[in-house]
Amino acid sequence: MANYKYHILLCGGTGCTASESPKIKENFIQLLAEKNLTDDVQVVATGCFGFCEKGPIVKILPDNTFYTQVKPEDCREIIDEHIIKGRKVQRLLYENPEDQKHISDSKHMGFYKKQMRIALRNCGFIDPENIDEYIARDGYKALATVLEQNDPKATIDIIKKSGLRGRGGAGFPTGLKWELCAKNAADQKYIICNADEGDPGAFMDRSILEGDPHSIIEAMAIGGFCIGATIGLVYIRAEYPLAIHRLQVAINQAREYGLLGKNIFGTDFDFDIILRYGAGAFVCGEETALIHSMEGLRGEPTFKPPFPAVEGYLKKPSNVNNVETYANIPVIINKGWEWFSSIGTEKSKGTKVFALAGQINNVGLIEVPMGITLREVIYEIGGGIKGGKKFKAVQTGGPSGGCLTEKFLDTPIDYDNLVAAGSMMGSGGMIVMDETSCMVSVAKFYLDFTVEESCGKCSPCRIGNKRLCEILDKITKGQGTMEDLDRLRNLAHVIKDTALCGLGQTSPNPVLSTIDNFWDEYVAHVVDKKCPAGQCKALKQYIIDPEKCKGCTACARNCPVGAIKGTVKMPHEINQELCIKCGTCMEKCKFNAISIK
Amino acid sequence: MDNKKIIIKMKPEVREKVIEICDSFGNNPGELINVLHQTQDFLGYLPAEVQELIAERLHMPTAKVYGVVSFYAFFTMTPKGKYPVSVCLGTACYVRGAEKILESFEKELGIKPGETDENGVFSLASLRCVGACGLAPVALVDGKVFGRLAPAMVKDIVKEYREME
Repeated sequence: MANYKYHILLCGGTGCTASESPKIKENFIQLLAEKNLTDDVQVVATGCFGFCEKGPIVKILPDNTFYTQVKPEDCREIIDEHIIKGRKVQRLLYENPEDQKHISDSKHMGFYKKQMRIALRNCGFIDPENIDEYIARDGYKALATVLEQNDPKATIDIIKKSGLRGRGGAGFPTGLKWELCAKNAADQKYIICNADEGDPGAFMDRSILEGDPHSIIEAMAIGGFCIGATIGLVYIRAEYPLAIHRLQVAINQAREYGLLGKNIFGTDFDFDIILRYGAGAFVCGEETALIHSMEGLRGEPTFKPPFPAVEGYLKKPSNVNNVETYANIPVIINKGWEWFSSIGTEKSKGTKVFALAGQINNVGLIEVPMGITLREVIYEIGGGIKGGKKFKAVQTGGPSGGCLTEKFLDTPIDYDNLVAAGSMMGSGGMIVMDETSCMVSVAKFYLDFTVEESCGKCSPCRIGNKRLCEILDKITKGQGTMEDLDRLRNLAHVIKDTALCGLGQTSPNPVLSTIDNFWDEYVAHVVDKKCPAGQCKALKQYIIDPEKCKGCTACARNCPVGAIKGTVKMPHEINQELCIKCGTCMEKCKFNAISIK
Repeated sequence: MDNKKIIIKMKPEVREKVIEICDSFGNNPGELINVLHQTQDFLGYLPAEVQELIAERLHMPTAKVYGVVSFYAFFTMTPKGKYPVSVCLGTACYVRGAEKILESFEKELGIKPGETDENGVFSLASLRCVGACGLAPVALVDGKVFGRLAPAMVKDIVKEYREME
C-alpha cells in the first residue's frame, strides 16, 4: 500500500450502495485513468463507515478527510481539488450542527468521538474482498498464535477471563459455552455462526460480514480448534446477497492461502466452512430452531436440554455464536483478556454495536463501550432528536425488548441494567422515538411482528400473542376498557412463564414495558378515547380552524365522503360522524387551517 | 399421488431443471432448503406441482415440503410481477412513516400486499428491514432501493416503471 500517495475509501455497504456508491467508484477510477493518476491513488470500496445518515461516505487517506453525501458528479471536483491541488472540497465536509463549522477529520465529529471500535475495527478501513488487507491489519495472527500454542483449554480460558458474553441477545458467557461443548467427546462436532439477523431495524451483523468477513472466518477456526470441530457452518439470511457474496469470496481466498482446509499453518488441524441459507424466519435466531433449519426442516425450536453443546446439528455437539461475538475473538487473543476486560462494566465487558435508527439525527451503526449512557448515545453520538422534537422513548432489544423512557437516560447500558429496566440488550437494535410516536401502536407493531413470526409450535406463543395483539388493536381503535389493560398484563405474564423458547418468553416485553412506562397513554386511549400522539387513525379528529379557513372549498370538494360542509368564502366544518380520517382535506388545504386533535 | 398429471402440467424444461437441481444436492432430504432456494431462483416461485416433484426426488412426503415452503417467508407460491415492489416495514422505517408508503403503493398499483396485478407487471409485498435504515423509509422496486420516501413520491416511481413497459 506504501506506493500510493492517496487512498480513496468509499463505503460499499448496503445503505451507500443504494445511494449509488458503485457509480461513484466507477467515476473515480475513470477520472484517475484520465489524469494518469492510477499509480498514485488507490480506490477501495470498504465496509460500512457507520454514518449511514450522511451516506454515501468517501474518506481520503492519509489526511483522513471525511466527505459526506457524495454524488457521482462530485468525483471530478474531489479529484481536481483535493487529489491534484491538495485543497479540501469544503461543501462536501461534515457540518457540525452546533456551530455550522465544517469538520474534515472524522475523529473530531460528535458521531465518532465517543465510539470505540473493536468488532467494527476493520469496517471502513479495508477492502473486504482482499485478504491481504485483512492480514496487514494483524489478520489471522490470532489463529496462528492459538494453533502454535496448541492448548485449546488455555485459549478457552482466555475467552472466559475476558468476560465476553454472547452478542446475539441473552448474553451467555462465550468462554463457558465453548468449554461445555469442548467437554463432550464425539467423532464430529460443529461450530456454527448465527448470521440470521431477523430483528427488524438491526443491521450490525450484516455490516460486519460485508465489511470484515475474514474476522468471522478466523474466529470460527479458533473456536473450532478449541471445541474440537473441523467443520464450521454459517447460517446466513438469503436476503443479504452482498454479505453472502463477500463471505463466499473470503472463504475462497482463505482456502487459497491455506488458512482453511487441511493442516492449517502446518499443524494437524483441519477446518473448513460451509454456508447455509436462512429463508426468512425470525424464530431461526433461536439456536435449536436454527439447527433444525440447517437440517432442512421447519425452523421450530425444541426444548432445552439437551443443549446444542450436547446434541446439536445432526445430533452432534455444536456451538452456536453470533457474528458480533465472533468478531471480538481475534482481538481478544491478540491484545489479551486483561485489555478486553478493562473495558466496560463489572459484568458486561467490551463494547457493543448498535444500529441507531428512528427519529434521530445521525442514523447509523455505532460501537460503544459497555456502560455508556443512553443520553450519550442519543444526544452526543446520535446528535439528538430529528427536527428538534422532544425525546419520548428508545426501544432496545427489538421484538424481545422494551421501551425505555427519559428516566433511564442516565442508566449505564449493559446486559443487566437493561433487563432491570424492563428491556434487554438483544442483538443491538436501538430505535429512538419522539413525541409523535404512539406507544400503544408501537407495542402493537411488535406484537404484529411476533404473531407473524411465531412458529406455532406452543400455544402460549401461537394463541397468547394473537390475543394480546387483538386487545391492543381494540385499544388503538378506541374500543378498549380498563379490564382490557388488566387482561393484557395477566396474559403477558402467562406467556412469559409458559412459552417454549426465547421468542415466546420475551414476546410480551414490548407490551409490558409500554404499560409500565406509558400507563397514562394507555388510559388516554381507553378512558378519554384519545391518542395523545395523534397516530391512531380511529381516534384522530380533523378540525378546521375558523380563523385560518378562507372558505376556498378545496377540502369539501376533495372529501371522498362529503363530510365537509360550508359556504364559499366562509369557514367550513367537518362532520366527525361521517369523517373517515383519510387526511385528504389536510393535504389539500393551502392555508394550514386543518389540524389533528 | 398422480405423478402423470404433474408431467403434463409442468413444462418439460422446468421438470428437467428441477430434477437437475435435486440431483446436484444428491437428492438429500437434508438439503431441502437449498433445493427450494435454487428452484425459486430459477422459477421465481414454488407452485404445488414443483413441490410434488421435489418431494418425489428427495424421497419425502409432499406435506413435508409444503410445510417448509409455507414456514419460511422467503418462499412464495404465487408468481411475482415483473417489477416486484417491497416496502420495508422494519422498525426504523415504521417510525418514519412506512405504513403510509405502503398505503400509497396499494392505491397506486391497485393491489394489496401479497398480490400480483392482472398483467403480471407489479407485485406488492412488505418486508422486514433491508438494512438501509439511514435512508428510511425505503422500498425496493425490482431490486433497486428507493430511500427517503414520501407518499407523494410513489406515483412518480410507479410511473417510471410503467413507462418502461
